[in-house]
Amino acid sequence: MKAPNGLNRSISFAIVGSGGAGALTAGAILLETAGKAGWYGIMNRSVGPQIRGGEAAALVRLSTHPVDCMAECFDFLIAIDWRNADRFAAEMPLVANGLAIGDPAGGDVPSAIADSGATVAQTAMKELAGSVPGGRENMIAAGLAAALAGLPIDALMSVVASKLASKGDEAIEASRACISLGSQQAESFEQSFHLERPAASSAGRWLITGNEAVGLGAVRGGIRFAAAYPITPATEVLEWLAPALTKVGGALVQAEDELASINMAIGASFGGRASITATSGPGLALMVEALGLATASEIPIVVVDVMRGGPSTGIPTKSEQSDLNIAVYGCHGDAPHIVVAPLSVADCLFTAQWAVHLAEAMQAPAIVLSDQSLGQARALIDRPADIAFIARRNVLEAEPEQTYDRYALTGSGVSPMAIPGIAGGQYTADGLTHTTKGIPSSKESDHQNQLDKRRNKIDDFDYGNHWADIETSNDTGAGTQFTILTWGSLAGPAREAMRILADEGITVKLLAMRLISPFLKQEFLAALEGTQRILIVEQTHSGQFHEYLRAKCDLLGQVRHFHRPGPKLIGPAEICAQIRDWKTA
Amino acid sequence: MNIQQRPPFKAGDYKSDLTPVWCPGCGDFHVLLSVTKALAELGTPPENVAVISGIGCSSRIPAYTNCYGFHGVHGRSLALGAGLKVARPDLTVMVMSGDGDGFSIGGNHFLHACRRNVDMTYIVMDNRVYGMTKGQPSPTTEPDWDSALSPGGTGLSPFHPLVIALASGANFVAREFSGDIKGTTRTIVEAVRHPGFSFVEILSPCVTFRPDERAWKTQTHPAAVEATDDPSRAARRIMTDDGFNVGILYRGRRKPHDTHVKDSAGDPAILEEEFAI
Repeated sequence: MKAPNGLNRSISFAIVGSGGAGALTAGAILLETAGKAGWYGIMNRSVGPQIRGGEAAALVRLSTHPVDCMAECFDFLIAIDWRNADRFAAEMPLVANGLAIGDPAGGDVPSAIADSGATVAQTAMKELAGSVPGGRENMIAAGLAAALAGLPIDALMSVVASKLASKGDEAIEASRACISLGSQQAESFEQSFHLERPAASSAGRWLITGNEAVGLGAVRGGIRFAAAYPITPATEVLEWLAPALTKVGGALVQAEDELASINMAIGASFGGRASITATSGPGLALMVEALGLATASEIPIVVVDVMRGGPSTGIPTKSEQSDLNIAVYGCHGDAPHIVVAPLSVADCLFTAQWAVHLAEAMQAPAIVLSDQSLGQARALIDRPADIAFIARRNVLEAEPEQTYDRYALTGSGVSPMAIPGIAGGQYTADGLTHTTKGIPSSKESDHQNQLDKRRNKIDDFDYGNHWADIETSNDTGAGTQFTILTWGSLAGPAREAMRILADEGITVKLLAMRLISPFLKQEFLAALEGTQRILIVEQTHSGQFHEYLRAKCDLLGQVRHFHRPGPKLIGPAEICAQIRDWKTA
Repeated sequence: MNIQQRPPFKAGDYKSDLTPVWCPGCGDFHVLLSVTKALAELGTPPENVAVISGIGCSSRIPAYTNCYGFHGVHGRSLALGAGLKVARPDLTVMVMSGDGDGFSIGGNHFLHACRRNVDMTYIVMDNRVYGMTKGQPSPTTEPDWDSALSPGGTGLSPFHPLVIALASGANFVAREFSGDIKGTTRTIVEAVRHPGFSFVEILSPCVTFRPDERAWKTQTHPAAVEATDDPSRAARRIMTDDGFNVGILYRGRRKPHDTHVKDSAGDPAILEEEFAI
């Protein structure tokens, strides 16, 4: 994306290497350098399952303005080596005038790169690194990338110095020397990809991953207990929460499996503490029975599902949106609960915090459907605004004067919950159908009443305007023939597509859903009013989101459906192409 | 109510007015009585006790107490209990289960609850049969016990819960017979007082599907020796006894799990610092 002065408003590059070569480290320090110098950006990673020796790529996008997604094409690519690069070369196409730089000692250039039309060049990174005692190829690559992108080399030096502070002066000096050598190599290339200067300083900016933002949002919302079982790509949520919770008086327990982790969270919440666990698809599948228990016994919990490719073990390290069905429909019986989805890395904080608020207010489980493309992406964002949502549970404050009905049929469907320690509030939380007192019952009227109660509290709740982000590319919304209808992580690419199309004179509305379940039919249909053509966009093979919407309401107007499974993320250019195609059809 | 002004608690203070669904003569009635007597002796107010269970005949027990209760899903009671105790260390947490719930579907949680050593008491009412589903063999059932699901018997060796508890790190191990109310009450009191994870297996006859278990009344006998603090010695004794040795068999000295939610809290704003560039 060029500015009028010929400089770039946004550039994308990839640093590739075998696992352990340091490609991800190089990407991370470049992102931080750009952040300190005032740019925005985002970095995702493409990694294989092997810890060492597999493939690893840092995918970095830098911009003068906030960005919520990766670009589909890369301006340049630096391969520390080409080993295993064929496994992901298809995921990182280069732009037509792009540049691919490899090491003559790094193996053969994969055909997908060699045949791409991009300039293929060589830099002897290994040899250059070898000329510096303790030097590493990834720092040569970092210096080269910084120079190609027009990042200030001194800023890069200082980021490296602070990152390596614990490794001593020798390591810092070696890295600096390598960066310097790498940056000098850029002069030998004709191409340059310099970014336009950023408009503002970096003051108030954050560098954060989606998984960290989920954790922070949860703690801000009042979470003080977490139960953890590791799983890719959700583990970082739990690893961030472990030390964070101890700083705010909370605790994290590592469980023996996901069956235990969700039940621990339910037990802690029964004790009055707002509780969370985080997992991915396979773990969510194991948690489903207990989600029904939390629904029936009306114990609030938050379950974060950082989605990955499925079914079964699927593609653990790559993104997909295909857990929508299990999140909404997984439970046996009629089990209404809350399903929300963050719309960007920054929104992971808001949505997680909102989920805590919703779960606690309605005494029900809330599932947060993040995914790998958000969770493991690291982004430079403006500090998210403080929001007022905190855990506020309707509890029995003191000994009741009459006998206590834990599951009393109130107008809102929410009944005061006794927390252990309150005399006279003793009841037994139960997955069995129960009376208003919580006593097991198989009577028709008790079953009907409690099913109604649990449905009504979810359906009648006031979700405000947070259920979706609704935007148009002009202020009035006039002339919006098209609506891009999407959810979760695809809000970023869809929003960018909307802006690109606006520059071409095509006005588009964006409807990106944050609240998936319950489905707010009235608000949803109102948001689509006046739209003639709806493009539904989702990252699934079967079209789960489209089917969900069709089951919930009649979509008026013409509908097209653009969907694809992972691992290749749907990007803004593809969405634009769909709209342009349709416009001329 | 000011706790100091309450009269001493009686077993009846811990009983609810619900009529149990158990068959007449079921050993679990006696376990309920022993638990309520033990709680009265401990003197913990009912509202500060949580009784947590899974699924099965024995797991119906929480609602028959006047404590806070949780009747969860099959096999996961120890996880519910651990989460509750970590979140609320001030409560007395008693997890109650049966041999199918605790040792079969919940077997993995049993191992890890012993390892984790959270300060709570685990009582398993072992009747060597799935009663609620009308008579199938459990992990503690004899290999030749005939049933519709396993005609002629399973041919499988029964599970040794007490030895597995020892091998997994349980801090207190005991066996009791439900009909011995005095002995069972005393052991439960000791188990609750012992720091860390305490495990009490109570032989509790199923008079409907295992009428032969009525003989446990005469077969059980007090352990001949005092409890040891040596797990290998305790394990050897249990592996070689007749299976009807009752009493406290092991008292460990492991430090209980000490990660708990605290009431005082730091400001979450401090967590933002790491993200500022």
